[in-house]
Amino acid sequence: MAPIGVDEWVARQGERAEELPGWRGDAARFFARVGWWPKLAVIGLLGALFPVLSPNDFQLQVGINALLLAMLALGLNISVGWAGLLDLGYIAFYGFGAYGFALLSSQQLHSPDGIHLQAWQSIPMVLIAAAILGLLVGLPSRRLIGDYLAIVTLFFGEVWLEFTTNVATDKLGGPNGIPSIDPIKGFGQQILTLKGYYYFLLVAILVVIASLHLLDQSRTGRAWRAVREDPLAANMMTIPVNRLKLMAFSFGAVVAALAGTIFAASQGGVFPTDFDTPFLILIYAGLILGGSGSIAGAVLGGLVVSVTLEFLRNPTEAGYLFYGMIILTLVARTRPWVKLAGIVVGTVAFGYAAHAIVGAVSSAATAGSPHSGGWVGDLLGNWVIVPANPKNFGNICFVILICALIALVQMKRSTLRTVLLIPVIYLAACVWESRLAVEPSITRQILIGAILIVMMNWRPQGLLGRRRVEVV
Amino acid sequence: MAPLLELDRVGLAFGGLRALHELDLTLNEGEIVSVIGPNGAGKTTVFNLISGVYEPTSGDIRFAGESIVGKLPWQITRLGIARTFQSLRLFLNMTVKENVMAATYGHTKASPPESILRLPRARREERQVNAEAENVLSFFGERLMGYRWDQPAYVLSYANRRRLEIARAMAAKPQLLLLDEPAAGMNPNETLEMTELIGRLRDERGLTILVIEHDMHVVEGISDRVVALDHGEKIAEGTFEQVATHPSVVEAYLGRNPEALAEE
Repeated sequence: MAPIGVDEWVARQGERAEELPGWRGDAARFFARVGWWPKLAVIGLLGALFPVLSPNDFQLQVGINALLLAMLALGLNISVGWAGLLDLGYIAFYGFGAYGFALLSSQQLHSPDGIHLQAWQSIPMVLIAAAILGLLVGLPSRRLIGDYLAIVTLFFGEVWLEFTTNVATDKLGGPNGIPSIDPIKGFGQQILTLKGYYYFLLVAILVVIASLHLLDQSRTGRAWRAVREDPLAANMMTIPVNRLKLMAFSFGAVVAALAGTIFAASQGGVFPTDFDTPFLILIYAGLILGGSGSIAGAVLGGLVVSVTLEFLRNPTEAGYLFYGMIILTLVARTRPWVKLAGIVVGTVAFGYAAHAIVGAVSSAATAGSPHSGGWVGDLLGNWVIVPANPKNFGNICFVILICALIALVQMKRSTLRTVLLIPVIYLAACVWESRLAVEPSITRQILIGAILIVMMNWRPQGLLGRRRVEVV
Repeated sequence: MAPLLELDRVGLAFGGLRALHELDLTLNEGEIVSVIGPNGAGKTTVFNLISGVYEPTSGDIRFAGESIVGKLPWQITRLGIARTFQSLRLFLNMTVKENVMAATYGHTKASPPESILRLPRARREERQVNAEAENVLSFFGERLMGYRWDQPAYVLSYANRRRLEIARAMAAKPQLLLLDEPAAGMNPNETLEMTELIGRLRDERGLTILVIEHDMHVVEGISDRVVALDHGEKIAEGTFEQVATHPSVVEAYLGRNPEALAEE
């Protein structure tokens, strides 16, 4: 056989990947053969099964919020993932959809009767208006790229927030928002239950996914990606770059506005703070975590971020996630197994020893009980150090923990690192039980941040994203 | 017959810097013309002017009798002028086939709603675009065929990337093709292949070609005419032999003969 040059070897990478042996190869080939719509149908069915499991209202609401975030991530993916435009004003389109629907389905306008349109009238009207708004916002932004575009669009987002808070407060309700919005209604029916909204939203998101997939596989989708990859070259290849940027803004605005209308109808009220920058950051977190540029990634990322945040509200459940992540990371990253076993045994032993010593010196120092409830709390009772007054202790330990983590990451010698890992894990458990679990609203922000940091280092392309090569 | 491309006393100045000065250049249909010159002579600037990246500060550029000055790059490409880039500018994270298909945007018309609903026109165009892409890629023999269609462009070897750039430009359906150093970075074998390929582009595809090239073997092998530039001005034009032996060209590349300098 003729020798194969390195270039050829690199170029055959894909060919070799296609010949994956074993069940993984079979699975990959099977998955590639199945078309996109059977996959979508399976996902739709799985989604439809959720209410059948008779969740309570809170769980249904979590499901609705998760689907909303997934839909918003899908819309953001158009401008950010496909066209490569860093749009920080995206949240305004969501707010526009919600306020648009609210105005057309409440007492706010045209008193005393108000306007009460059918949903099949009001939703299309709002979507068309959102498409036009997307074009208008895009117009001054179309010549801007990167940081400059981000700043200008961020300004638009803030303008929207100020507008809804301070302008025409008799119509828009100012900080008090618009109350008592009609439910989604039409053809003599109306949706009144959470379950109904869940199904409505599920159908809507499936339609959005299918539409975006078909669009992605068309000339428009290819042109968007070409604009992202190299605007100058795209311009030279018959693609009117500015026009495609405007289209990306516009399509993203329509998807966001659709989410907004459903949000407004299901909540029955809208407030300016529902459309604030922190929520925009959540949408970005979902998109980036799932994989920017991928439809499946946007959906998964939106669901994961939303559900994780809800999960972190309850200290006990947040504890499962916290300890689960530590254990999973250890199992995934520690080789060989002996080392892993050493770390686990070492951590357990270290904990009991520390607890016993500190308890012997001062009984008040171990008088508190772990904040986690249930079996986790029972298990950790004689292991972690929680003083009678855990606040200061927890704060100090938290700062020490951060310093220790940084030191650990910077450390070069692997044996020393393994040994030091044991007290650091123990310290983390102590901080969690005495301080972090006590304040879930702050802790969940910290944890989401930590998850993002770890994820972006481990898989910069996101869960389902494709690795993007910038310059070769 | 009117020339296909006509540069009429074209000049370009960036403030006080004169990048190009009163350049005249004509291309007849079916011709292959090479532009040579030392680095910084203004060769790529000529390409950027023709393809609409820059607008000339003086003079006029006419394509098929019509002035294209002030038109946007994508409009010029739709008129029938496509180009490749000296420093490759592929859509690296798109597949090989998508790179080619992206360049057919200009001669397809299906609107986004049509594409979403897969209406007849969208389906028909999609089929045509697929067939065109495969046809264009098959022009390069086995190099860009088969499993390579679905690979991202960044896995291609350097020479294949150059080929893919040409394929992408061909998919834009040009009459005039501008090739910016198509043989740069290629080994002698590949260079020879590229020389043949440029000839085939004219003979089989009926393209008129303007090419910038540093490799004199390629220039000799393909050119009907050669234009030499230096310091933004045309210093010689004619057949390869005429230009290659022209004193100003020799001087531009090698400097002046010291004996001749001494005599002055």
